[in-house]
Amino acid sequence: MAYALLCFPFVMAAFAALFPSNRFRPWFLPVTAAVHAAATLLAIRGPGFETGTSVLVLDPLGKIVALVTGMLFLFGSVYAVGYLKIRSERNNRVFVSCLLSFLGLATLVAWSNHLGLTWVAIEGTTLATAPLIYFNRTKRSIEATWKYLLVGSVGIALALLGTFFLAYALLHEGIAPTLDFAELRRLAPDLSKPWLRAAFVLLLIGYGTKMGLAPMQTWKPDAYGEAPGLVGAILAAGVTSCAFLAFLRIYAIVNASGEGAYASRLLLFMGLLSMAVAGLFMLGQKDFKRMLAYSSVEHMGILMIGLGVGKAALFGTLLHVMTNASTKGVLFLSAANIHRAYDAKTTDEVRGAIRRQPVSGILFLAGFIAITGSPPFGPFVSEFAIVTGAFASGNFLTAALFLVFLLVVFIGMGKTTLRVVQGDMPEGAERFRDTALTLLPIFAFMALVLMLGLHIPAPLRALIEDAVRFLEVGA
Amino acid sequence: MTDILNAVLVLVLVLNLFALGTSRLAAVIRIVSFQGALLGIVPLLAHEHVGLPAILAAAVAVILKGFVIPSIMMRALRDANIKREVEPLVGFMPSIILGAAATAFALVLTGGLTPSAHEAASLIIPTSIATVLVGFILLTTRYKAISQVVGYLVLENGIFIFGVLLVEAIPLVVEMGVLLDLFVGIFVISIITNHINQAFASLDTRRLDALKE
Repeated sequence: MAYALLCFPFVMAAFAALFPSNRFRPWFLPVTAAVHAAATLLAIRGPGFETGTSVLVLDPLGKIVALVTGMLFLFGSVYAVGYLKIRSERNNRVFVSCLLSFLGLATLVAWSNHLGLTWVAIEGTTLATAPLIYFNRTKRSIEATWKYLLVGSVGIALALLGTFFLAYALLHEGIAPTLDFAELRRLAPDLSKPWLRAAFVLLLIGYGTKMGLAPMQTWKPDAYGEAPGLVGAILAAGVTSCAFLAFLRIYAIVNASGEGAYASRLLLFMGLLSMAVAGLFMLGQKDFKRMLAYSSVEHMGILMIGLGVGKAALFGTLLHVMTNASTKGVLFLSAANIHRAYDAKTTDEVRGAIRRQPVSGILFLAGFIAITGSPPFGPFVSEFAIVTGAFASGNFLTAALFLVFLLVVFIGMGKTTLRVVQGDMPEGAERFRDTALTLLPIFAFMALVLMLGLHIPAPLRALIEDAVRFLEVGA
Repeated sequence: MTDILNAVLVLVLVLNLFALGTSRLAAVIRIVSFQGALLGIVPLLAHEHVGLPAILAAAVAVILKGFVIPSIMMRALRDANIKREVEPLVGFMPSIILGAAATAFALVLTGGLTPSAHEAASLIIPTSIATVLVGFILLTTRYKAISQVVGYLVLENGIFIFGVLLVEAIPLVVEMGVLLDLFVGIFVISIITNHINQAFASLDTRRLDALKE
């Protein structure tokens, strides 16, 4: 059963590539997404999905990312159908099959318990998503795709070297090397410390490049800014969550080895740096899609801070993976609608979105309020949990800087967002009607954001608590 | 076996410097592909027990790195109709010196780090680090898109060398996955360079500067 789930998206990707009709091909996406989501829920809930090998196991950490990816794809696929209908003049063969391949690879990352296989899958997501950025075939998007591919591949090559260093840390001590996650955790105290530290730095830089942490974030604003909105959502919520999961496993190993304090210092530094850089570049940002990219940098920084703080903030960090993903869905898709209506994405040309496109405009505004951490939305709950965790564990400076940077981001992002939604419509502009397919998914994401902010359902809470226990981090 | 292995690794180090020193792109591609093919058989030299999976992996690696990937890149080179690298950030002669310095640095730093069980493989770690550093030099100082891809290939070669020590930790599936990733990566990159050439009428990455704050 598990193998069927893992192969299914790839099989559908192959069918989609061979399917002749450009008009009906997009429907492969929601169909695959629905089956995949249902199967994932069954796999998370109950038995019947054992794989018989220790290389593929859906452990609690993987469950969270599988859930996030499944949900993201389910709502996103509906938007994709609407989007491709509007762009029906373009050939969507590559688009659809790459998206489906991405789903398969993301699922592989969630299930993989072998650090080498995880690496293969994450590099795969880079290769599967690059053609998506280039869908609009503009000069700017090809530049963005090139930077994404090159920086992403180099970063991820460093992660491979780091993975090898990790295995070597065992060999150096005379133990047979392995890249099996459970085995590495068990043997962690015996790892050679210098090689472990070097491995951690390389893995932080490598997977951090994929996540878009500072100072490796330079590709992000270009890629997110030039990609179609749906692709931006997939990148911001899907690819980053996968890279974060890969990094979580490393984090678990490092903590099990006793080098937690060393790791924590580095993580807090990178996290705060990312938030600071994001805030800085958001001030005076005219392009609202690039602004969303910096928001993603900021939230990856928040995740790193949560990990750096450790046990007290872990629940908030894992919850933040979900709240961030859903809110990014709202933001990127509504931004895409606005971009489409105005055929522009800077505040020079885009004004009065709330008057011209009331639904998308309001959703975009709501998304901004949510992502900057206001109640009653999800990100407030997760960020609050991380900050209280920081205070509880004595990281006062971190918590203080965290709050200051949140404020800077709020100011910068607020200025741009309010310019976009408020004001008068440009001369001669009329009301723009968004199609139902491009609006419903945003409502679905928003409902999720609200639900996570108001009341986290018991099964979900149990899932996250399970994952926190699984990470078994010392105080 | 040890002597052959060490000879191969030294040859790899020398090929690094060759790759740094020439401006003829076709030559660089051939040098790096020869390096890749050579490295494909290193795992067979480094371990006493050579099973069928190892031979299979070696064969695939040699075919991929020695023939398939260079042919994709030569095709991209022909389509782009360029022959030489422009004067890079660090000139060709200084690049060789820099590469030699990086090699020396790697040898000094990591020369004594192999565990006793693998005496035969004592040059592997320094060669790996040196190749990674040379890959970085190529990536960061060259302007033509194809040169940067070659730098990436050299980087991957360097990491591959390190992986030779860890054969027990890497099942065949993962090994194949890594090679598949490399192949698909180069394939996608070659398509993108083609489009860059069409859009910008050049493969000089200094032209890709429209996106900035």
